[in-house]
Order: sequence, then structure tokens, then C-alpha cells
Amino acid sequence: VSTDITRGAPPAHAAPPTSAKPVVQRGDRVFSGLAKYAGILILVVLAGVAAFLIAQAFPALVAPAEEIPGGNGFVAYVAPLIFGTLFAALIALVLATPLAVAVALFITHYAPRRLAQGLGYLVDLLAAVPSIIFGLWGRDVLAPATVELTDWLYGNLGFIPLFAGPPSATGRTMLVAGVVLAVMILPIITAVSREVFLQTPKLHEEAALALGATRWEMIRMAILPYARSGITGAAMLGLGRAIGETIAVTIVIGNSPNIGDTIFSQGYTLAAVIANEFGEAASDPTHRAALIAAGLVLFVLTLLVNAIARYFVNRAERGERTVPQGMAG
Amino acid sequence: MTTLPAVSGRRRTTDRVARGITLALTLIALVPLVLILYYLIKEGIGAWSGDFFGTDPTGRFLGDPGGVKSAIVGTIVMVALASAIAIPIGIGVALYLVEYGKRGKFANVVRYFVDVMTGVPSVVFGLFVYIVLVVTKVGGTFAAWKGAVALALLMLPVVTRSAEVVLNLVPDSLREGALALGAPRWRVVFKIVLPTALPGLVTGSLLAVARAAGETAPLLFTAAFVFGTQFDLSQRMNSLPLQIFNDVSQAQDRLVQRAWGAALTLVLLVLLLTLLARLVQRRSRLA
Repeated sequence: VSTDITRGAPPAHAAPPTSAKPVVQRGDRVFSGLAKYAGILILVVLAGVAAFLIAQAFPALVAPAEEIPGGNGFVAYVAPLIFGTLFAALIALVLATPLAVAVALFITHYAPRRLAQGLGYLVDLLAAVPSIIFGLWGRDVLAPATVELTDWLYGNLGFIPLFAGPPSATGRTMLVAGVVLAVMILPIITAVSREVFLQTPKLHEEAALALGATRWEMIRMAILPYARSGITGAAMLGLGRAIGETIAVTIVIGNSPNIGDTIFSQGYTLAAVIANEFGEAASDPTHRAALIAAGLVLFVLTLLVNAIARYFVNRAERGERTVPQGMAG
Repeated sequence: MTTLPAVSGRRRTTDRVARGITLALTLIALVPLVLILYYLIKEGIGAWSGDFFGTDPTGRFLGDPGGVKSAIVGTIVMVALASAIAIPIGIGVALYLVEYGKRGKFANVVRYFVDVMTGVPSVVFGLFVYIVLVVTKVGGTFAAWKGAVALALLMLPVVTRSAEVVLNLVPDSLREGALALGAPRWRVVFKIVLPTALPGLVTGSLLAVARAAGETAPLLFTAAFVFGTQFDLSQRMNSLPLQIFNDVSQAQDRLVQRAWGAALTLVLLVLLLTLLARLVQRRSRLA
């Protein structure tokens, strides 16, 4: 029957179909091209950020030392800022990481389901609050509230180098900036830790429980070793956020650049100096170049920290796939 | 008949203590959130009035400081423009990664740099737009559209990241079915993939919009600050975060009070967007 059909067709069609090559339509080419250009745009923007920052920062690097604000050259200008940035971010990291890991553990392994969901929403809520709000709260509520405490600590424990004062009278200190930053980076560390905890192979957990481990022993034996890399990555992601955070810090840190001060003194960060001095720098090209150079340092610093964070987080995710087959069987 | 020995008292105590500690730390972690919301409502409501929403800031240090009308309008205008730029491009990048690039070398490079972009501080994007568009005086100095570009740069990686996750959730069987019926790839994307992923895309985009609405640093160098309400994108434009930033540093109670009122307004705006995102997400058919 089928031969009848081919016979009835014109000779040209009698030949078998020439190819199975997919038909590429014009719409397809246009669309895939557009999508690809969108991807290229990302690379162009990032390359542009780096290129323009370097080009515009260059005058500050070659300018005579006395023209840079402070009059001692760019290194002397930027060093206290880097110190302040890292100091405040480290305070935040030390405060936030244990809290965030505890929250993540409680949500994933201790809390009843309903409560866990509610807590998850609350942490997300914290992540949604704009940074300017943290700044306003830190300056108006938190900073004044710490004055008495810092005075007392200085008076009674001032012999500990960390508490050597004298404390700032406004309460706008490194410590307050660190606390505000800790609150701000808590959600991201919690979120990533939660993901990592949930990725722990169920069989490891069940095996631990089946051997008679209590819940805490199960966490210590099956979850924490597995999640260590992920928690490190989460903390580094938080550190990256803390280093780059601008407005909240600008408002609460007191804005005075000094190295070697204690947690009770005012500080300054790279991001804060850009936000603060930007207005006055508009008419002074060297000052502006110095601020842009500070921005470049900040850019490189966050790139480094985030690259390390990604390494750890990716390693944690890969870990899931390399679970020994014997255990899964 | 033997019974298994019960968990020893010491181990059980350790377990209880560990549970108690995680609970306590969780509660401590929530204290700031509660305090912030409490002060926002307490201080913010007091500043609210008809005039607060209906008038522009007067710029007077003493006397009537005026309201925040221009700030609300400016935030909405600039965030809308930023969304119009960032959401289509962001979803486009995600489509490239999921539908075309897949696990290819270039796609992986793009994926990596989207991650990198997520970590770039917002102040750096502000500085970048300042250098490229403000210093060079492209169409004047400070302008609302330049602020929107800075916000769009911030939103772009967030939109892309969330869109990629959602597009990956669309089952391959749907794509294969449509392709087998002879539909070209782009029609598969528009008729099958995007509609299926729509709720998830909306959720991700709304969260990015919420983030952009609260950003201060990029606007500082790009849209600058102004008192009056206006819709001209080529002029300076006020915004809620900048209004708060300006008011909070003043040694004037009425200005600080206005900052709290503006802060409450901003938080409600952001929470509304977040809530909307959650509602849309709940209606999604994908996981």
C-alpha cells in the first residue's frame, strides 16, 4: 500500500528525505542570540566596573602624597579604612555565626514543623528589612543604650586590651556597628546553613539514631562533620555582605579613621567613607580619585571573600554527590 | 528476656542542654527583629498624618519640615524603571543558561559571574554608574534614570539567580513533548516554559524589587536628593531611603521623627512586596 503513495508522488519527492537536520528557524536564531547577548552583558558590566574603577582610581595612586586627604599619601589614607572595615565585619561574624548556626539547627532538627516554618518566615523577614532601617535603629535606639554598658566595661574591665577605652559618648562605636552588621548578615548565614543541613544524607542521620545516638549526638556525628565546609562558606558569604554594607554602617560607626582603637571607639569603613565624603569630593579630582580607589579596594576585597565563600559552598554541594555508594546501598 | 539499656542520664542531659542552647540562641537571634519592629511602629505611627503623605519636604531646619510625598513618588518611579530594565534582561540571561547554554563552558562562566555580581556591594555599583554616567555628564549630572540604572544592576543577578532555579524546575518532558510536535525552540520557551514557570518568575522578581526599593547607597551618587515631587527622569529625584538618610543625621527631633515615619512607610512597602511574592509562590504548580 505504501509503495502506491510514493509512486503517486512527483519524481523529486520519490527520493528519501535528504536529512534529519533540525530546522533552525529565524525566530530561533534571533531568540537564542538575544538570550546569549543578555549573558554577555553580565560579563561586560563586571569588566566595565573593574576597568572604570581602575582607570578613575589611578590618579589617586600616582598623586603626590600631600594632595591625598590626610596629606600622607594613599596608603596612609586607606589603611585605617581597611582596618575598620575588617574589624567591624569580624565583630559581626563572631556574633552572627554561632547564632545563625544555632537557628539553622533548631529550625531543621529540633523545632516542630509548624514552628520551624514560622521561624523560617521570621528570618526571611529580617532579610527583607532595608539596611537604612538598621542604621536608623542602630543610631537612635541601640547606640544610646550601649553607652552605660561600655562605660561600665571600660571602668571595670578596662585592663583587657579589647575594652580599653575611652568609649565614645554618643555610643556610635565599632561595637555597635558590629552588632548591627551581625543582625544584618544573620539571615544569609542561616539560610545557607539550613540548606547544607538539609543536604545531609538522611541515611547517615537514621543510621546514627538507629545505633542509639541521642539527637544531639546524631547532629555531632552525622551532620556537623558533613556540613563543616558549608558553614564555612556561609560565614564567608556573611563576611562579604558585612564588608560591603554601606549605609547602616555609615550611620552608626561614628566615622573617624584610626588604627589600633578598641571596640568602644569610633571607626570608619571603606564603604562609609565613600558615602560620607562623596559630596565634598565632587569638586576635588584627587579626593574623588582617592574615594574611587577606596571603592576599588572594597570591590577587590569582596571579590576575594566571595570567591573563597563559593569554593566552600560548592565543595559542600559536591560532597552530597560523592557520598560513598556503599553507605547509600 | 533482656531490655536495651536506657540512654544514660548524662547523655540525656547533654541532649537536653544542647536543645535548650539552640532554642535560647534562636530566641536571642530574634530579639533585634522584634525590637526593630517595635520601635518602627512606636516611633513611626506618631509621624504619620495626612500632611506626612501629602506634602513635600520643605527643607526648613526649624519649623514645619513637611512630609515625604516626593520620596514615595521617587522610590516608586525609579524602582519601576529599574524593574523594567532588570527583569527582562535577568530572565533573558536565565533562559540562556537553562535553554541554550546549559552546562557549556560559556554558560558556566556566565553562571559564575552572576554569582560574583551578587556579592558586589551596592555602593560599588553606585560608584560605577557615577563614573560612567554622572562624571561624564551624559544628559546632565544627577538624574533619576541613572539611579534606576544603578538599581537595575543590583537587581540583575538576583532576578537571574531566582529565574534560573525556577526554569530548571520546569519538567523536561514538557519541553520534549512540544519539540516532538515540531514546535521551534523559541515557541516552546514562550508557550510552554515561561507560562509554566510564571509564578516562580514573579516571586523572584518581586523579591528583587523589594531589595531595590530599600537600597540607599547606589542612589546617593546617581539620583541625588531633591525636595520637590517630580516625574522628569532626567532630573534629580528624591527617594525614601535617601530621605531617611538625610533626616537621621540631623540634630533636630522633628526631622528624626520624620525619618522614623518614612522608615515605617518603606518597611511596609517592602513587606507588602515580599508578602505578594509569597502569595504568588504558593499558587505555583512547580515544587
